[in-house]
Amino acid sequence: MKPLSGWQVWLLPVLSGAVFFALWYGVRAVAGLESWILPAPHEIAAAAWAERLRLWRAVGSTAVGALAGFGLAASLGFLMALLLGASRSWRASLYPWLLVLQMTPVIVLAPVIVLWAGPGMPGIITITWLISFFPIVANVTQGLVSADMNHVALFRMCNASRWQEMWLLRVPAAMPYYLAGLRIAATLAPIGAIFGEYMVGNASGGSGGLGFLVYSYNTQIKIPALFATALTSCLLGFVFVAAVALLNWAVLRKWHDSFEPNDH
Amino acid sequence: MHTSGPIVKLHAVNKRYGAGPEVLHDVSLTVAAGDFVSLIGPSGCGKSTVLKLISGLSPATSGEVTVLGTAPRQARDQQAFIFQDATLLPWLTARRNVELPLRLRGGSATERRERAAELLKLVGLDAAQEFFPRQLSGGMKMRVSLARALSLSPKLLLLDEPFGALDEMTRYRLNEELLALRERAAFTAVFVTHSVAEAVFLSNRIIVMGAHPGRWHAEIAVDFAYPRRSDLRARPEFQDVVNRVTRLLHEVELQEEATA
Repeated sequence: MKPLSGWQVWLLPVLSGAVFFALWYGVRAVAGLESWILPAPHEIAAAAWAERLRLWRAVGSTAVGALAGFGLAASLGFLMALLLGASRSWRASLYPWLLVLQMTPVIVLAPVIVLWAGPGMPGIITITWLISFFPIVANVTQGLVSADMNHVALFRMCNASRWQEMWLLRVPAAMPYYLAGLRIAATLAPIGAIFGEYMVGNASGGSGGLGFLVYSYNTQIKIPALFATALTSCLLGFVFVAAVALLNWAVLRKWHDSFEPNDH
Repeated sequence: MHTSGPIVKLHAVNKRYGAGPEVLHDVSLTVAAGDFVSLIGPSGCGKSTVLKLISGLSPATSGEVTVLGTAPRQARDQQAFIFQDATLLPWLTARRNVELPLRLRGGSATERRERAAELLKLVGLDAAQEFFPRQLSGGMKMRVSLARALSLSPKLLLLDEPFGALDEMTRYRLNEELLALRERAAFTAVFVTHSVAEAVFLSNRIIVMGAHPGRWHAEIAVDFAYPRRSDLRARPEFQDVVNRVTRLLHEVELQEEATA
């Protein structure tokens, strides 16, 4: 395939976006849809402006929950993976059960989590953590066990201790895997926090968060505002993913093949 | 410290991996200090396995392997292994790759740095110290790998087809550089290769191996005096030895066809 030139990279998404918005207005006009079924983009923008203070406060609260859950998942996930990567017997004992837990939908567990962790932030953070924990564990474990065989032999030839083999070989070799796991977790963490707020927010009597706004706008049938909330959540997700992309760039750009050698 | 006696001694060694077929059958070898021994043979003759036995990366099924008078694992700090690819850690610069064995042994940061700089200079990579492996050509990577192997001043160097992936020009140059390094660092070498010309140029002894199971077929002494220069390759005596080894390899192939 021929690489795209600079202006094409910018123009093409703008064009496709314009087509999308035209279709949106077209469908509304043809089907005669009212605002409370499908609001027009300008109505959503107006609602976002009108609700800007509530949205701003809510996104702040959601960001805190998402970040805390994500941070917990990133650190505990890494430690769990170290345990699984360091020993075959730990891996054999724990990995199947981790998979079982991962396959259990968090939605089903949410009420129990609220019961255990308590309503408000603790419940929200726990749900976020649960949702973003597994991709990190799975990726890092995979990275730790797939270090190059010749590198391992090299370390053995140098009489390296297991500790050295872990920290100087397996952990750096797992970095690209860790970052891939973080990238998945970064898309899941805001979703987890919003879902947590949706479940927990009203249980706690409604203290902010985008998830609680979803609940409250929905019951008030403020559909344009609901779409504005979706847009805000999308922006929050973008910030999370961009932050991980930046981290990825900072850690890997110098040596990893996913970056051009002269990128730095 | 060990001064006399053989560097490597294999006596009646047999090797199989798990319940698999016999990989090596009744192999005996004595490598004296200063020897440069090449192992050559068809694929599947177990020549890389011989290096694994000497390095202690894999134990012999029966028979005896001693390195510098002790078990291979005990002699590890006296030997270095050079792999088929350069096996540099991609997240470390050339310099830090060379420092790695010293770092694993616990050398001080300044000591490591000085030693790495000295070795990189020796292999002609003075200017590439802070480059990452992916910024280096295949030949440069192999030079870094050589520098790393020499960082602990090993008595014994085990080389497993180190130049097999390089183009012929680069391979010739690295052959010459390896011999030049040997003049300075005085190591004993066991070298596995597919290239007859390379084996003749480098070694004072060539062992031709047969396959299925791997075994000694013949040994040839190569008497050209060291230091050897590139013009040796153009001399008729050199061609004679190359022809002899090639004929022996041909013999091995015929035997294999006869038994297959």
